[in-house]
Amino acid sequence: MIKVENLVKVFGPKRAVDGISFSVERGEVLGFLGPNGAGKSTTMRMITGFILPTSGKVTVGGFDMLEKPIEAKRLIGYLPENAPAYVDMTVQGFLNFSAEIRGLHGDAKKRAVNRAVEMCFLESVLHQSVDTLSKGYRHRTCFAQSIIHDPDVLILDEPTDGLDPNQKHEVRNLIRRMGERKAIIFSTHILEEVDAVCSRAIIIDRGRIVANGTPSELRRKSESSGAVTLRVSGVNAAALTQKLSQIPAVKRTTIVREEATSVTVRVYPKGDVNGALAESIADATQGLRIHELHTEEGRLDEVFRSITLSDTAKSEEKK
Amino acid sequence: MSAWLNIKTITKRELAAYFSSPLAYVFIIIFLLLCGFFTFMVGGFFEMGQASLARPFFDWHPWFYLFLVPAVGMRLWAEERRVGTLELLLTMPITPWQAIVGKFLASWLFLGLALVLTFPVVITVNYLGNPDNGVIFAAYVGSWLMAGAYLAVSCITSAMTRNQVVSFIVSVVACLFLILAGFPPVVRLISNTFPTLLVDLITSFSVITHFEGFQKGILDSRDIVFFVSVIVFSLFTTSVILRSHRA
Repeated sequence: MIKVENLVKVFGPKRAVDGISFSVERGEVLGFLGPNGAGKSTTMRMITGFILPTSGKVTVGGFDMLEKPIEAKRLIGYLPENAPAYVDMTVQGFLNFSAEIRGLHGDAKKRAVNRAVEMCFLESVLHQSVDTLSKGYRHRTCFAQSIIHDPDVLILDEPTDGLDPNQKHEVRNLIRRMGERKAIIFSTHILEEVDAVCSRAIIIDRGRIVANGTPSELRRKSESSGAVTLRVSGVNAAALTQKLSQIPAVKRTTIVREEATSVTVRVYPKGDVNGALAESIADATQGLRIHELHTEEGRLDEVFRSITLSDTAKSEEKK
Repeated sequence: MSAWLNIKTITKRELAAYFSSPLAYVFIIIFLLLCGFFTFMVGGFFEMGQASLARPFFDWHPWFYLFLVPAVGMRLWAEERRVGTLELLLTMPITPWQAIVGKFLASWLFLGLALVLTFPVVITVNYLGNPDNGVIFAAYVGSWLMAGAYLAVSCITSAMTRNQVVSFIVSVVACLFLILAGFPPVVRLISNTFPTLLVDLITSFSVITHFEGFQKGILDSRDIVFFVSVIVFSLFTTSVILRSHRA
């Protein structure tokens, strides 16, 4: 549905987006991750046709955004960053306008507005002016605008920003449900959201894609992925480390916490041992009281930090 | 067909936006008060003893519009950019031209409404004497076209900035040029120093020169073409500026 080829955007001396390519099919929810200023919003603005790329190509549903912008835009629902809305209108007026500009009139318009209002829980503020709304409601009003024509493609720039935890949960569920039938791209800073919602995630740093995969694929890149966490009692930390370092598959051991009654350590494997490490540790620690023993899946925030930080560090070295 | 539907939708929204804020009412009241005051007190309508509106009423319009039209036009694009709704508007399935024309039409219709509400002046002059209502009608048409030209200029300045005050000031200055280029004292001044050809060129840019004919009841195609071309050119410039924001 969405195809992005070699997209470049140059603002003065800065290459805000530097050769990004990817595609999203129907039924996929693509998470867009990256530090602030990485080029997430700029990429989304080019996909929706708000800003024009310096070079590269965007096609939505087979329509080129530069050559057939109207046809392409018809397929897209867009929630811009900060969720702008016409402050001088009521919620209902704003949604009516959004439906009309999307070519919905009469009964079709009424149905579309009612559906969007229901999905975004806006009944209670329907006749309120947009500038009197709280941030959460305003956000949902703009979100309702983006889904009013039941688009095939949804582009959401930080859709859960500024919402309370319950609202975040609702919006995530909504995205996941809609993702079954649509192609969705959404950007976020919240990594747990990627797990909760995305079928695939892309990490962008300084205008380039630095990682692309399913959430579990990305997690496997994390340093702690495959490591074993162990909590035992009846032995001191030094002795335990000594004992564990004799296992051939162990690369190194770090002490996580040392308490009066127990010791927690993390054991990193040499190469890929696929869970065999936990078994050998269990064998080696026979006779001790094991409170906890599990293999880490890896953490997205670790991956995120190591990828985006190391890149920044590299660029600083170059200078 | 769908182009007009889109323009209509945008025009409707813009008009509703005017009347949902006090701006519309304040504007109309001030405009009507100014019209009344200048026609009857300053313009000497009664003292003149003529059944005509040209001098006491329409003569003031270029000057009223100088401040009032930029006040109407300043928010058109500046506000969209400040609030961020421009991003919504330009990612909807409409062309930038439809948005530009829709917004312009809304403000122009609004100015037309303000103008229509000056009808008591027409009733008064008809009650007191037998004016040529054809001349009055022609002058109204000219006045509305002139307001459209000012408004289109305000569109440009509004698209240039996200600050409404800056937009207002710049468009007042631009519109002042459109007036002064044909304002008799200024024309006398420049005709002393410049050759006639140049003076004619400068005065041909003035709204006053082109409004003159309408006030006399003459619907001259050249005058109509002048106002329409100012409008089209200004809206085109607006589209260029909007596009440059997206590049």
